Amino acid sequence: MNKHLQARKLNWRYIRNELLGRSAVTACGLFIIILTLFLVFFIASKGMALFWDNGVPLSQFLFSADWHPDRDDAPQVGALIFIVGSIVISLLALALSTPFSIALAIFMTEISPGLGQRILQPAIEIFVGIPSVVYGWVGLSLLVPFIRTHIGGMGFSVLAGGLVLALMIFPTIASVAADTLRSLPQQYKEASLALGATRWQTVRRILLPTAAPGILTGVVLGLARAFGEALAVQMVIGNTIKIADSLLQPTTNLTSIMTMDMGNTVMGTMWNNALWSMALLLFLISFFFILLIRKLGAMGAMVK
Amino acid sequence: MMGRKTADKVATAIFYLAGGTVIMGLVSFVGYLLERGWTKLNPHFLMSGPEFAKAGGGIGPQLFDSVYLLILAMAITIPIGLAAGVYMAEYAKPGKLTNAIRLCIETLASLPSIVIGLFGLIMFVNFTGWGYTLFGGALAVAVLNLPVATRISEDAIKSVPQAIREASYGLGATQWQTITRAVLPAALPGLLTGFIMTAGRAFGEAAALLYTAGMSTSMLDYGNLNPFSSSSPLNPFRPGATLAVYIWKINSEGLVPDAREIADGASAILVLAVLAFNLGSRYLGLLLNSRLTGKQG
Repeated sequence: MNKHLQARKLNWRYIRNELLGRSAVTACGLFIIILTLFLVFFIASKGMALFWDNGVPLSQFLFSADWHPDRDDAPQVGALIFIVGSIVISLLALALSTPFSIALAIFMTEISPGLGQRILQPAIEIFVGIPSVVYGWVGLSLLVPFIRTHIGGMGFSVLAGGLVLALMIFPTIASVAADTLRSLPQQYKEASLALGATRWQTVRRILLPTAAPGILTGVVLGLARAFGEALAVQMVIGNTIKIADSLLQPTTNLTSIMTMDMGNTVMGTMWNNALWSMALLLFLISFFFILLIRKLGAMGAMVK
Repeated sequence: MMGRKTADKVATAIFYLAGGTVIMGLVSFVGYLLERGWTKLNPHFLMSGPEFAKAGGGIGPQLFDSVYLLILAMAITIPIGLAAGVYMAEYAKPGKLTNAIRLCIETLASLPSIVIGLFGLIMFVNFTGWGYTLFGGALAVAVLNLPVATRISEDAIKSVPQAIREASYGLGATQWQTITRAVLPAALPGLLTGFIMTAGRAFGEAAALLYTAGMSTSMLDYGNLNPFSSSSPLNPFRPGATLAVYIWKINSEGLVPDAREIADGASAILVLAVLAFNLGSRYLGLLLNSRLTGKQG
């Protein structure tokens, strides 16, 4: 706090030159908290209606694969198929893109920082900027027919969803990993090289272990993005309400069923409430990822 | 067993391969979309209205609504995001409140856009009683972009050298005067670059708009500039589908026979817009930087 400001009396000039502006920006800062609380409150109250008003047990919603919300007598709203779909597709995307993203981050920081800065960073930013519907469209018009003719099955599949998501999340993982590698103290690398280690030995034994918390942060961010992505996945996974037995079979996930059914169900019905419970579940999962990232951030700060 | 020198060479080759794949991938991805879409980039397709059960429709209203919604959303996001960024960078003191705001920013930033769209459905569609409107969609996109805009503003303001603030205080300015007259102008290149990137994100958004702005575009009369008339393109309280929403909708409904061609054309436009936003922000950032710092670029 500036002393000369405190010393100044509360006169009109002070109000005009400082207090008004300061109050306005403070209000905007507080507004973010209010907005978040509002959002949490509304999503939570709609999401809890399934359990409170319709009396569906939480265990049935989470662990039952019976999804028959349209039945007149005893409708079933088990969401297990969608939860499994989301997890399997996101993990597949992660498995496909993490090794590639880390290799890319190493190339950008250790092998060719010049190319990394001038060409790869802008290229990655363009990948980030491409709308998810466009990814979905390329998946639908190029990837799905390719899988159908060259690999097998219908084309609409877990594999197609995982590939599209892998393409969408690699920029996140690669840029966070590259930032972390760049921020490591130069001495670590120099000490290793001075001991006669090759570049690859230095990368593998020194840089990657030291950067692990930061790289994991990138992986979790990528996972969060994959988990919440709606339209691109919905366009290529086939939307069959069934747990897939193989990578080439169609399935569905949380975001897909929400986008498709929200428009043709009536507010307040059990079917509709189940969709809101899925929205609440997605919110809780993304909040969990945030807490995980904070934890990783604290670990990363300890390493330095 | 591989020698360590060989292992080093193999690893280096793999890293080069990863770098090369990204460049090749980007060129072929963008090339594929532009190659398939470029024949559609003619005035008829860009200006005329969509057809419902037959081929040959255009994307005029969707293109207009995308731009209009972008402007509305940014007009809400920028002032609030900038102000919140100023607060976080200049006024916020370390403590519980600042931590809480930071946690809220992170929470909002990580929310799936479909969840924000559903929040918009409760707030800006049902609670307000507006129904599907462009304005409701713009508010949802503003919620989506607010954390990003706040973070960008905070970073840009924090990167302004302390000496500029001290010089201003030394002349007797208050903190607020220092911010508005000295810090913000110096932060302008960073702010503009960041806001243009944010705008690019808003332009291609779809999931947050499906249940806020709706999936249909009403017939527009471009001669009618009265913003209160329901057929006026300028009326923000009418439903409207953006390009991204339209691509999704024609593919999921399958009613339009030439859905493929339309999706190709609209995707090409979205990709061109991404390129324009990216290159534009980069160029503007460099230009303003050299202007303001007096360096000849």
